[in-house]
Amino acid sequence: MRVGFFVTCLVDLMRPSIGFAALKLLEAGGADVVVPQRQTCCGQPAYNSGDRADTVALARKFVEEFEGFDYVVVPSGSCGGMIRTHYPGLFADDPAMAKRAAMLAERTFELTDFLVNILKIERVPGSFSGKLTYHDSCAGLRELGIKGQPRALLAMVPGAQLQEMAECETCCGFGGTFSIKFGEISSRMADNKCQHIADSGADAVVLGDLGCMLNIEGRLRRRGDAKTKVLHIAQVLAGEP
Amino acid sequence: MMQVASMHFKERAHVKLNDEVLQGNLRKIKGKFVAKRKASLVELDDFEGTRDAGRAIRQRALDNLDVWLEMFEQNATERGATVLFAQNPAEINKLVLDIATHHGARKIIKSKSMVSEESALDHAIEGAGLKVVETDLGEYILQINDYEPPSHIIGPALHKSKEEVADLFHRVHGTPRKDGIDELCVEARGVLRDHYLNADMGITGGNFFVAETGSVVLVTNEGNATLATTLPKVHVAISGIEKIVPTLEDVATLMRLLPRSATGQSISNYVDILTGPKGRGEYHGAEHMYFIVVDSGRSDVLGSEVREALRCIRCGACMNHCPVYQNVGGHAYGWVYPGPIGSVLTPMYVGLENALDLPQASTLCGQCAVVCPVRIPLPDLLRKLREREFVEDLRPWSERTALRLWARVARYPGLYAWSTRLAVRFLRSRAGSNGMIEKLPLGSGWTSGRAMPAPAGRTFRDLYAERKAAAGKSSP
Repeated sequence: MRVGFFVTCLVDLMRPSIGFAALKLLEAGGADVVVPQRQTCCGQPAYNSGDRADTVALARKFVEEFEGFDYVVVPSGSCGGMIRTHYPGLFADDPAMAKRAAMLAERTFELTDFLVNILKIERVPGSFSGKLTYHDSCAGLRELGIKGQPRALLAMVPGAQLQEMAECETCCGFGGTFSIKFGEISSRMADNKCQHIADSGADAVVLGDLGCMLNIEGRLRRRGDAKTKVLHIAQVLAGEP
Repeated sequence: MMQVASMHFKERAHVKLNDEVLQGNLRKIKGKFVAKRKASLVELDDFEGTRDAGRAIRQRALDNLDVWLEMFEQNATERGATVLFAQNPAEINKLVLDIATHHGARKIIKSKSMVSEESALDHAIEGAGLKVVETDLGEYILQINDYEPPSHIIGPALHKSKEEVADLFHRVHGTPRKDGIDELCVEARGVLRDHYLNADMGITGGNFFVAETGSVVLVTNEGNATLATTLPKVHVAISGIEKIVPTLEDVATLMRLLPRSATGQSISNYVDILTGPKGRGEYHGAEHMYFIVVDSGRSDVLGSEVREALRCIRCGACMNHCPVYQNVGGHAYGWVYPGPIGSVLTPMYVGLENALDLPQASTLCGQCAVVCPVRIPLPDLLRKLREREFVEDLRPWSERTALRLWARVARYPGLYAWSTRLAVRFLRSRAGSNGMIEKLPLGSGWTSGRAMPAPAGRTFRDLYAERKAAAGKSSP
């Protein structure tokens, strides 16, 4: 099974270790993983900002680079959601391209979804000592139905205890450019999230999206919490925080 | 038309975020609406199927709106009502005042109508020297508080605490201050009862106009609409053209969705279906019945890329579940309709250039679309308006340039690799020893409320290429 791995621009730029952790998990699960070298960004920032022409150009580039694989795996619900649920609609006036995008969309998976439902892995290399709480990222949850998958995987991590926080499905306030355009509202939403994390008593908050990760970590540290870890689920599962 | 303050969304949100009393009141929404809605859905065997049906009914109405409107007009007229059409807010007010003049009405009682908020009808009535009394408790509270605008479409005074209402009643009614909600309600009922008995005309909104019968359907919890439509001689129902549904059976289906989505009730306390004025030998009802069917921007929406917003049945679930609304409240949005549906409708009704922030003021978290009983794809509609802002050059120069630049760079992998390398180096140079950036040029929107975690060190792309090269060398 040939898997094309889409690193995503935020992992590439901010947290390469998450990319390597995901590779380790995919390879341990038996996938033959390729990282196409020309990949960049899925186009979501342009899409959510109303810049359709640039979105279409980046989506086309993505489809061309990844359509040769059996599967495409993405360590992000938000980029995964972009490809799976929004790409096909971008080519409404180009039926041939729309079909290619749709065919790619159905073979594109968010990392935890792929590990649980395609690779069907039953053990993971990582271990953790302490309490974890899981933040459901919006696009993963509501566009891709990522809910049980990360929890099933965390249950395989020796030593990790899952402690659900209140309102784990409520947006953390990131929202891409929203976080800068409406910084004050965004920070308040992040603060509410941090309060729920603190109230859960968890040692670490685990999630599946870089945007939420940077937002929550940034607010936690500004609140003076230097202790609570913010981890991508790939890091916990691979044992490479 | 109600004054538009949507262009000041950000400033207003700032004020609301720092209003401690409001923040306390807003926190109660979740317990009030969110939890109750969730609990009430359990009663439906197939909620998702019912949503599909609700969507289909509303869409069918919109797809042939002209046909249903004509049928409604014909049937309502046959039953003795008068059907009038208003093209804009000014026409709503003029029609109401003409009717009042025609019947010599001096005092008008009103049950809740959001469409009449669009035209600031109460001000027009008072301007003409007539008296108007709002009878929905929330609307009454706002009216006696110097016409404060509503902050929610079904709970207009949701932003007010019990204590604030107690102070207000004490001050305005000149009665001893009451503490309990029951006592306050009894006091309001006493004050309103007299108005019901000597009013000349009653105005209501209309949750649905039924084409096959020419009826208006009113969904309320306080019974005030029932009184306002039966005690005075004249009843005027005002609602938008999109509120048409073909049949009474359609209403039955929509009523499975509306109260549950709105307040978590299986059914509202009162549902009035009114058809024509009081007939010969009938005991109850108004002697004269008028419908004011309002366009006011709706046919433009129907012809636009956000037409699905017209399916809205005004339950308020999208705002109740919106994390932005939950934090800033309805007044921040600056016009009649707040929350996600307001962020689509307000720009359409008052002009996109007057509400530029609204389509942007969402994280697109998608919860509104999850709860909408008629499946309005609100995040998609917000995105369509963002597209319009982008195409029409309504976004700031800096934002457009940054986006364009990023998108251009992302098209060329070599350039992209080089720029991300530079970005990583720059960001790392700004970070403190804890790996956090506390201040960023052009990034104060982020850093004023949060630190920005710095990049780890090098890009994945570079590290991966190095590993590949090393693996290539070590293999035989």
